[in-house]
Amino acid sequence: MITKRIIPCLDVKDGRVVKGVNFLNLSDVSSPVSLAKYYSDNGADELVFYDITASAEGRALFTDILTEVARTIFIPLTVGGGINTVEDFDRVLKCGADKVSVNSGALRNPGLILEAAKKYGDQCVVLSVDAKRVDGRFCVFARGGRENTGIDALEWIKKGIANGAGEIVLNSIDTDGVKGGFDLEMLEAVCEFSTVPVIASGGAGNIQHFVDLFTRIPKVDAGLAASIFHFGEVTIPDLKAELKKCSINVR
Amino acid sequence: MIAIIDYGVGNLFSLRSSLDAIGAEALVTGNPEEIRAADKIILPGVGAFGDAAARLRENGLDQVVIGEARSGKPLMGICLGMQLLFDTGEEYGIHEGLGLIPGRVVSMKGVIPETYKIPHIGWNGLIFPKNRETSPIFKYIENGDCVYFVHSFYAADCKESVIADTEYGALLTAAVQKDNVYGCQFHPEKSGKVGLSILKAFCEL
Repeated sequence: MITKRIIPCLDVKDGRVVKGVNFLNLSDVSSPVSLAKYYSDNGADELVFYDITASAEGRALFTDILTEVARTIFIPLTVGGGINTVEDFDRVLKCGADKVSVNSGALRNPGLILEAAKKYGDQCVVLSVDAKRVDGRFCVFARGGRENTGIDALEWIKKGIANGAGEIVLNSIDTDGVKGGFDLEMLEAVCEFSTVPVIASGGAGNIQHFVDLFTRIPKVDAGLAASIFHFGEVTIPDLKAELKKCSINVR
Repeated sequence: MIAIIDYGVGNLFSLRSSLDAIGAEALVTGNPEEIRAADKIILPGVGAFGDAAARLRENGLDQVVIGEARSGKPLMGICLGMQLLFDTGEEYGIHEGLGLIPGRVVSMKGVIPETYKIPHIGWNGLIFPKNRETSPIFKYIENGDCVYFVHSFYAADCKESVIADTEYGALLTAAVQKDNVYGCQFHPEKSGKVGLSILKAFCEL
């Protein structure tokens, strides 16, 4: 039986891992390579790297780091951040990424999903969506959660899947950084129609939040979190042991 | 020396790195001479069956692989590379494979319940068939160990060669062996320690 995945997410800026609380206030945590190895050795099912660098120097530094990570660990790697063209897909895939996550790049150029899916296969294209409640509906936000696009998140995700997105990372800005649990309402709305795996992101504060996620929304495939793992508040072996106890199938 | 066949299909970075990590000497090559000189061969691949089979044929590498496999050299196909070992692939039409293992590669649509998502992506357990000796490539792992899958098609009508299944709404072929020819539907190079152990066991054959 397929297992539920636990995915630590590493935001990388200038070659270092950082985690924003509600996307602002960055605080340095550790080296991407040592963190990645630590997670891989301790039961992470997959890793997500977001390159939040804006400069060309930072980008070059990121691809170097990514190459080193991909040489060191042997679990699936997803890379996002600064992916605007098929050439960007190519750049990170050559460094050892297995999947590429698009967010703002797809909002600017919705054709990117289809183009990349045709070239690299659906399984390679992850659509990452930052969504927030505005006037009673879920709206897609761009630029790291700073700008309301006015686009309906559910429609955007449906369109993304139709164009070949092979997985959805749904990050709720409403719950992100608050550590009060995943946004079950938003996730349920997406899982109702999604034909591809859905990865829950934003809001995990403790082990019980993952138990709630997988028991209340059985269709969710994976849970993603950053700071609670980076700061050791939750360790993946403890988390998986508890999930197992609750009859949730994990590796 | 292990030859990883480069025929322009898929990304060989991780596979190469994983062999480095277990201390195996590996060469990424599309050169028939280098492939013939190797002790073992790995046939990787991602993408569509027909396209990959055509590329292999275009370079004449299909005959090199078939020849080396028939001579008894250990060969491992991974993911689409595993699917290519079979007689035919039914992805966008019916395409001829290498015919090294009897069977055909078909869509899991209609085989698994509709509530199951396609592709089958994620970590799933290996189920060793009863009444069959454990394959030498599994000597370091156990029944039930999880490996990483990403696929929409699977090998059918190959019961005699199955050395592991996985459960995804139905039993799907996870790994096969016919004499010196091995195939893994999953990605050992992405399956953590379990995957590296499988590669190690293959390298030690």
